[in-house]
Amino acid sequence: MADEYIIETFDLIKRYPMGRQELVALKKVNLKFRRGEFSGVIGPSGSGKTTLLNIIGSLDTPSSGSVVVLGEKVETLTPYRSAQLRRRHIGFIFQTFNLLPVYTVFENVEFPLLILKVPPAERRQRVMAALEWVGLADREKSRPNQLSGGESQRVAIARAIVKQPAIVLADEPTANLDAENSYHILDTMVKINQELGTTFIFSTHDEKVIRYLRRKIKLLDGAVVADKHAQPSGRET
Amino acid sequence: MIKFIFRGVLRDRTRTLFPFLTVAIGVGLAVFLDAYLRGTTDSMFNTTARLVCGHLMVTTSAGAHAGEYATPELALLDVTPRQQELENSYPEVVWTPRIRFGGIIDIPDSTGMTRAQVPVSGMAVDLSPGGIEHKLLRLDRILVRGKTPRNTKQILLSEQLSQRLGLNPGDRLTLITMTADGGMAIADFTLAGTIRFGITALDRSVLLDSIADLRQTLGLPDGATEILGFFKNGVYNDRRAINISRHYNARHTHPDEFSPLLRPLREASGMGQLIDIVANATGLILTIFIIAMAVVLWNAGLINSLRRYNEIGIRLALGESSRDIYLSLLAEAFFIGLLGSTAGTLLGLGAGFYMQRVGLNISGMMRNATVLIDDVLRARIAPVTFFIGFIPGLFATLLGNAISGLAVFRRQTAQLTKEFSE
Repeated sequence: MADEYIIETFDLIKRYPMGRQELVALKKVNLKFRRGEFSGVIGPSGSGKTTLLNIIGSLDTPSSGSVVVLGEKVETLTPYRSAQLRRRHIGFIFQTFNLLPVYTVFENVEFPLLILKVPPAERRQRVMAALEWVGLADREKSRPNQLSGGESQRVAIARAIVKQPAIVLADEPTANLDAENSYHILDTMVKINQELGTTFIFSTHDEKVIRYLRRKIKLLDGAVVADKHAQPSGRET
Repeated sequence: MIKFIFRGVLRDRTRTLFPFLTVAIGVGLAVFLDAYLRGTTDSMFNTTARLVCGHLMVTTSAGAHAGEYATPELALLDVTPRQQELENSYPEVVWTPRIRFGGIIDIPDSTGMTRAQVPVSGMAVDLSPGGIEHKLLRLDRILVRGKTPRNTKQILLSEQLSQRLGLNPGDRLTLITMTADGGMAIADFTLAGTIRFGITALDRSVLLDSIADLRQTLGLPDGATEILGFFKNGVYNDRRAINISRHYNARHTHPDEFSPLLRPLREASGMGQLIDIVANATGLILTIFIIAMAVVLWNAGLINSLRRYNEIGIRLALGESSRDIYLSLLAEAFFIGLLGSTAGTLLGLGAGFYMQRVGLNISGMMRNATVLIDDVLRARIAPVTFFIGFIPGLFATLLGNAISGLAVFRRQTAQLTKEFSE
């Protein structure tokens, strides 16, 4: 059934002007993602991973082809509708955490709910639940500069899942973390995926992340060269 | 959301301190300047009004034409009915007649021979206790020695001149002047007291006499060189003064040079241009102030936007629209502008109140000046002073941030992930 897929790309092409020439970042990419997938786009730097995530996350638009996210054609969305799609349905996790430094852990996680105008009592309950998920309920009053890298990324995960989005896009989420912290946050994300049914799409070339993926999409020079489902092997022993 | 934004504003001092200080100092200066300018010009206009031409001045046409050279020959007659008519027609104004004259005083020695003769600049007014002139000329304040005249043939003389001539209250002197029909008038007086206006130009040679006495001396019954009008609230209202003069003059055609002519302060004192400049100066100062402050705050906003580049990117990525972020930046600006303008207004009012109470003594600079201005310059806090800096302060903060905040709309969301990976 077509509506099983929450993300579909059709002959997706993305070109960037480079002086008089053009750089083709994505070449006719055709992909479909089902709800609840735990998948990753892997490939070397410059292969088009981040560009693909940007377009799926409605931060960018295709040069040609089409991308449908939760029934919305990304290429036809106005900036305001794109923002609305991100606000309601998409959570982001970035390589460098990107927490708001003047706000506490609680306030950082609360922010997406404020944009969604969730009532205060419900907000508190959902923020605390998200912090429980990532094991940081006791750090709600801390500021980002009082957290370790692993803790900061866990706050970023809590911020991404607090609004219970259908999709979480994670761009190199472990790039700035040591192995122990990387495994910790990956375990957290697997748990969220399994218990909440949130679709996770990673962009990564980190072997630790790749071992956790149930679907591995390999990009090379903007083209999909492999798309395999596999049993995750998990933490390296 | 508003609470969330304000929490950020209060916590991030680097975001708020510079704009806050800019607004507070700018508004403080504007408020103080307004009070100071108001006080100084009020002092100039009111001093001129009190001592020279009133807020409104009725003279004969010829007297108006002669200006400061007008003599009692050109005086108005039938002053009492004219004053009555003015009081009935313009009840917001209080009217008082004066005679301005020049003359020489002769000071005798112990044998009655002339010891000294000096020219004086004379003014005859209603010196009756509790009369309007007591208040206008501030007789209680300017009296240095002796007392105000209680009997006929008593005068007040400049303290400076009295000192120079070695005169003391109770001394006799003779005034030599010109009658209303051009003859010589000589009258003996007793020095009741000495006065100091605190205005160098006047304190050199002023003589103050009772108008009833002088009318008798000059042979000018019910005459006056001028009838001065003062707005009862004490503040010169240029527009109203012009309207009154037009209305009065339209009712009194001018078939001859002795018919009455009513002129507002701007015409009677020749200060029209100055009044216009002062009226526009406040607007000009505030306009320059708003533009300068908006430019500074625009720059501060730009620096702030650069510093908060990452934060704005995160907010865009999390789904906040550019419009909402822009509005939140304006809300922050409003909050900072409100705090800065309030602090600046209090600062300016504090300095203004101090200057209103203590003032700035410029007598040293006025030693050889002929300008009619008090020796102590004071600020004046008017109701408008309370918001004259406040609203522009708020407006400039909003304007500066509104311009710099437009950068939010130019932000490329496609670059966010790349930026966040750097």
